[in-house]
Amino acid sequence: MRKDTTFDGRRWHDMGGTAAGPVPTEQHDFALWEKRVDALMIIASGKGHFTVDGLRRVLEDMGEEAFETMTYYERWIASVNQNLIEAGVYTTAELAQRMSKVAARGPTYGEATCD
Amino acid sequence: MPHDHHDHMSPSGHPYRPDDDHPLTYWQQMEIAVRELLIEKGVTTAQEISAQIDAMDARNPAQGAAVVARAWTDPAFRADLLQDASAATREMGFDIGPMRLIALENTADEHNVVVCTLCSCYPRNLLGLPPDWYKSRAYRSRTVKEPRKVLAEFGVTLPDTTTVRVHDSTADMRYVVIPARPAGTEGWSADALAALVTRDSMIGTGLPKSPDTA
Repeated sequence: MRKDTTFDGRRWHDMGGTAAGPVPTEQHDFALWEKRVDALMIIASGKGHFTVDGLRRVLEDMGEEAFETMTYYERWIASVNQNLIEAGVYTTAELAQRMSKVAARGPTYGEATCD
Repeated sequence: MPHDHHDHMSPSGHPYRPDDDHPLTYWQQMEIAVRELLIEKGVTTAQEISAQIDAMDARNPAQGAAVVARAWTDPAFRADLLQDASAATREMGFDIGPMRLIALENTADEHNVVVCTLCSCYPRNLLGLPPDWYKSRAYRSRTVKEPRKVLAEFGVTLPDTTTVRVHDSTADMRYVVIPARPAGTEGWSADALAALVTRDSMIGTGLPKSPDTA
């Protein structure tokens, strides 16, 4: 991870021109839950609950550590959620309650999803 | 040998990949909760989410390849595409939404390559979701500074006389590269030409396939 000790006028996500290693060649297949995160972003922003700038604001505010330790769609669902709470679509209490309910259904994604 | 788990290679000669059945993660738990809340609050429906996933899955590099092949064979379309790629691709029937798409034409003297240094902006409504490397720190950081070195990692080595132009995408402007038509394809149909057009050739990190290998 890049550790800057001086402020060069840009934030961590503004990485054009900085030094880095070889471009990674690994590719993963998108999982269903990742496709759903993508769909939720497109639908909720398309209906005016937040904007792509709102998505990016939260992603950028999460900071460099999140970029290094969370996957792409993990960061996206965190940002989508933050934006929806800010927009008043649901409350943090409703989210917490629902997440507990989801986890109680079973130990895997398939079991925790009730279609 | 359907139950033979001793080999590490599949019958096709590729390594087996682990099954996607890890324990539920915190973020998956959040996705399920957010999705259910959005449905309960009437923001969306399960059907709408499925339809959106299907629409996104249907977008893929073959759509871009059809656009490129038409640009190679239809001069009026090529002119329209370079003028306004959103309108030209929409006219071909592709659901590219409100995205502003800009086509960049490679020539004998100029090679274009696309990056998003700030995030992961990509012509997703035409080509589908971006490859993982497009979103990596290495690609985002280095492409604007040492494009020839990055291209060499992708196996693309350009003569020093070729100008390399790097285009940094934004949320509002997405680029697609129109690679140069390979020599030796005179008289080919648009369908045959489209088979030469790869995803990477439309990002600028690749070249079309050679007609000899197609």
